Order: sequence, then structure tokens, then C-alpha cells
Amino acid sequence: MTTLDKVRRGAKVEICRIADGHVRAQAIRFGLCEGSVVTCGEKLPAGPVVIYTGWQELALGRSIARNITVKEAS
Amino acid sequence: MELPKGKKRLVLVGNPNVGKSIFFNELTGRYVDVSNFPGTTVEIHTAPYGDYILMDTPGVYGVSSFNEEERVARDVILHADIVINIVDALHLERDLFLTQQLIDMGIATVVALNMMDEAIRSGKTIDVAKLSKHLGVPVIPTVAVKKQGFQELKANIAKASLGYADPRIQSELDKLIATGMGRGDALLILEGDEEVAFCHGQQAFPLREEIYLRRRQRVNEIIADVVQAKQIIKKWNKLLGQWAVRPVTGVPILFAILMAMYWFIGVFVAQTVVGLTEETIMLGIYSEFITALIFRFFSPEGFLGLLLAGEFGLLTMAPVYLFGLLLPLVVGFYLALSLLEDSGYLPRLATLVDRMLTGLGLNGRAIIPIILGFGCVTMATITTRVLGSKRERIIATALLGVTIPCSAQIGVIAGLIAPLGFSYLVIYVLIIFTIFIFLGTVLNKLLPGESTHLLIDLPPLRLPQVKNVFTKTYLKSLAFIKEAAPLFFLAAVAITVLAYTGALTGLQNWLVPLTEGWLRLPRETTTAFVMGIMRRDFGAAGLYHLTLTPQQTLVGLVTITLFVPCIACIMVMMKERGWKDGVAIWGGSFVIAFLVGGIIARLLG
Repeated sequence: MTTLDKVRRGAKVEICRIADGHVRAQAIRFGLCEGSVVTCGEKLPAGPVVIYTGWQELALGRSIARNITVKEAS
Repeated sequence: MELPKGKKRLVLVGNPNVGKSIFFNELTGRYVDVSNFPGTTVEIHTAPYGDYILMDTPGVYGVSSFNEEERVARDVILHADIVINIVDALHLERDLFLTQQLIDMGIATVVALNMMDEAIRSGKTIDVAKLSKHLGVPVIPTVAVKKQGFQELKANIAKASLGYADPRIQSELDKLIATGMGRGDALLILEGDEEVAFCHGQQAFPLREEIYLRRRQRVNEIIADVVQAKQIIKKWNKLLGQWAVRPVTGVPILFAILMAMYWFIGVFVAQTVVGLTEETIMLGIYSEFITALIFRFFSPEGFLGLLLAGEFGLLTMAPVYLFGLLLPLVVGFYLALSLLEDSGYLPRLATLVDRMLTGLGLNGRAIIPIILGFGCVTMATITTRVLGSKRERIIATALLGVTIPCSAQIGVIAGLIAPLGFSYLVIYVLIIFTIFIFLGTVLNKLLPGESTHLLIDLPPLRLPQVKNVFTKTYLKSLAFIKEAAPLFFLAAVAITVLAYTGALTGLQNWLVPLTEGWLRLPRETTTAFVMGIMRRDFGAAGLYHLTLTPQQTLVGLVTITLFVPCIACIMVMMKERGWKDGVAIWGGSFVIAFLVGGIIARLLG
């Protein structure tokens, strides 16, 4: 268990929990919910994390990523 | 909006960047803006189409009230008779969420499955008939940019149907509907929309997440059944996309783009083109002719003669500046901006600069109003609506009003600073940039509340369509002239009256402590400031007449840049942010402009 901002580039992870309700609702629309498997594409220094959900690229601000718990995808 | 009798509301709904505007154009024969970034249009376009009134909505990922665009779209959708839902075949997984929500709202829907060609090229096969069967509404494949599928879509509008809604919330929905509201309103209340609930005197339900998750699951199931995907990724596209957000490559790319823009607007347009339009055509041919003509009938000393063809004349200065100087610059800027917008680069830029903007209480999305501000601060101020919180909107508006010079002004500034050499350009940029950072940081500390964070999707980069870029440039430039021209003529009249009555000299003398004493500029600079209250570029242009040392030019330019935004802009600020914040920003810009100007004068002196 770790948070999305700590994942290294290229790693494949499963979303466990999105802490903020508002962010969670928006993320579901983008197809990103608890249980989704994503690949970490880019990490900007202290900045946004870019992830691939399989069909699209999303950019998440660092403080959003910090509040998303993930685990290594099998 | 009141409808003519017998007309029905036909509403275009879709995620951002799916080509809605092309559908609007195609159906009504009118052009509206096509843009690649979520949130550059918040206005609703309407036009008659057959028995319908066709309405465009801002691109949204779902119906609710997360931000201004969604609220605008929501209110139009709730009153829709029929919805044409435009879906991006490439991003079906994302877009069908909205489709299913529309169906759950109980609105008659027809789906246009757009960008079918790109989906096929990317290795996706979509079983359209099966998709239609799953959703329970007509699905028409289209390729909007190539005008394919429109006939079939038009033929199917009347066949729009209700589709298969989520059955599990029916009993709660029925209870709400029984109180006399529509199904759409009822669903939004269940999904926790407090604004809609308030309108109906109800409490919002805490069911949003449950409903959303089930909807997402259903969409994923449909996708699994109708889509067969073989991943064919275009290599250059993906690589360039990565490079654009990775700082090591992204920053050089950004600088290359900015340098190209500077070369194109600041050098080619501001010097070569303007040299031709202003010097040769407007001053050399037009002005000579009109002055000679006017002075044949009016005395060059009399009020009417001065008003029409004097130094600040209605037929001399105003058209020369407007068409000779500003128009070419504005066209150049919008051309560059349209290319950026249509390439899909802006969301990646938002990602790249997000970190820097968080320090100013903004997130990466705010780069869009800021960039638009370099075109027209007034227009950019309207766009700040898309920012997530009130404090972000205030910060962005203040930064725009105080520190961002608009394209017209940049042109004049570039013209004045270029002869002084590169070092003066660098100093000027550094000063303005420092104020930008300082103002943002201070406002971020002072304003209460919390800012929202970046959460955007990054569309693939694509080559802009030449025709689209030109149409857009044409329309935006036209809008600029329509907005700027009346103010220009007004300013010309005001200055002439001030000059003729001697008020200008009086004001100049009265402000000597400020101009000569504090800023160490000649007293005639007052004229530039008075003009600057009307339009900022007008103010900068006023410096052209004066004989200034390089240091004085720099002080004058910095002061004029930070000086109050134009009248149109201030009116929009008051309308958007309320008169209190508007006046505060206006007053603040006076203080900052003169304070910084004086300090620079001392540092240089």
C-alpha cells in the first residue's frame, strides 16, 4: 500500500481508495475508480502525475495524487 | 429562453473536444468556435433548425454542478426536448458515462458516434448496432470533419428515444417525480445536486457515488461487449505528447513555441507587416488624403477640424491605430492561438506549469485564461469562470488585469522596446514576471478558502485543420474590431475635447509631481495615461509620440503595462467578480503601476 504520488514511472498499480469525495466523483466519470488499474506515465518534480487508464491520459495534481491510495497491480 | 410556438429544444451535448461545434455549424449553417481545451466556451449558441431551436452547450464529462460550465450545460439539458449526444469513438469508455446519465435523466436521446475514422485507424472496432441495442437509443456513426453521417443523423433526430435507464433507483425517482418535478431534476437530486434540490425545496440525496459507480460499471460492461480493440499507437504522437509534459523536454518545447510566437507576432507582424499597413498605407496614403480633404472644409485650428483630423482625430489617429497597427497584431495573435488550441497542446501545457501556478493559489488550468489574456484580457476574464473556486477566479482576474499585456499592447511594446536592444526586453519581462509572481503569492496568502487541484484529461496531439484555424482567427479578429472600435472613437473624442479645452494641459501640470517628480518622465506622458484608461494599448501607443531616453521608455512601458486595464475589461471584471472586487483591482492597478514605475526609475537613475 502506498499513495499515487510515490509510484515510480512506468509502474502498474491498482487504485484502492480516493480520499476526497468530490475528486472521487469526478474520477469515476473519467473511468477512474477504486479497483481500476492504471500505469504511471509521467511524474513532474513536485508537480502533477500523469497516468494512463488504458484508453486515455489523465493529469492529476500532486495533492490529488497524494490522497489516492494504490497497491501493486498483480 | 422563450421559444417560438411549436418549436422544440434540440440540444447538443458532449464531452469537451468531441466536435460539437462542427455539428452545430453543419446543422444550422452558422459558425461557432471550435476549441480543443475544456472551457474556452461558456456561452450557449442557439439557432433555428427546422422545427427545432438548436442549442449548443459547453463540453462536460457529466451533468451536475462541479463548475460553471456544468451548471450552464445542466440548465440547458434539463429543459431539452431532444438531445443529440456526440460521443468520441476513440474515448467511448469516457464519453458513454454522460450518455448513460442522459438516458437515466429520461431525455429522448440520439447518439452521434463521432470520429469513427480515427477509431478504426487506431485499431478499434465498434459494433454500432449492438451499442444501439444496449443503450436503447439510435446510434449514428459520423466523421464530422469530413461531413460524413450528417444526413443519417438528421433523419434520426425524430427517432430519438428514452433508452434503458438504471432500474434500481426507480422507486426513489418516482417519489420525487410525484412532487411535480421532471425526471432529470429528480435524478440530479438523487445524485446530490444541492442547487437543483434547493430549487425544488428538497434535500439532496447522498447517492451520487453509488449511482455513479453503477453507471460506470454498466458502461464498462457495454464497452466489453461492443468494442474490440487492437492497440495501434501512433509513435510520434505519443512521444511528442510525453515530451510536452516532461520538464526536461517540455520547457524547451515551450520556449521554442514562445520564441516562434515572438518572432511571428513581435518581429514579422509588428515590424514588417505593421510597417506596411501603418506607415505606408494608413499614414502615407490614407492619412494624407483624409487630412487634406477635411482641412479643405474645416480649419485645422477649429474644434471640428481637430476632432476629425487633428492629432487625436476621429478620422486620423483612430483608424490609423485601429486598422494600421492593432488589427494586424490581433490577427497574428489569434492565428497563433488557434494553432495552439487546435493542436491539443494546451492541456499538456497546463500539466507542465501546474506546479508553478499552485504557488499562486491556482492550478494548471489557469494557464488558459492567462494565455488568452495575451490576446485580449477582456475575453480572458470571462474565461476565468471555468476555474474551480471563487478565490482562483479572483486571483486570475487580478493577475490578468494588472500584469498581462494584451496582444494590441504587446505589439506597441515590442515596437518601442525592440530598438533599445535585447537587454531591455529581458529587463522588462523580468520586472513584469516578478510582479506577476509577487501579486499571485500575496493574494494566495490573503484570500480565505482553498483552491482546487488539477484533474484533467490529456487529449492526443493532432494536426490542426487549416480551414478551422483560419475561420477561428477571422471570427475572433472580427469580434475584436467590433469591441475595440467604438472605444477607440470615444477615446479620440475624449482626448480631443480635453486637449481643445485646455484640460489636458491642466491635468498634465497638475500631475507633474507624479510624472516628472516620481516617475521622472516628461509631463506629456499624462496624455498616454489618460488614453490608457480607455484602452491599454492606446496608452502604450501614446508613448510613441514622446521623445524618451531608453530608461524613460522602460519606466513608461512598465507603468503602462501594470496600469489599469481598458474600460471594456473593467466592465467585464465588475460584471464577473462584482463591483467591489472590480474596483479593488482597478484601484490596485493604479497603485502598483505608479509604485513600481517610480521604483524602477530610481533603480535605473
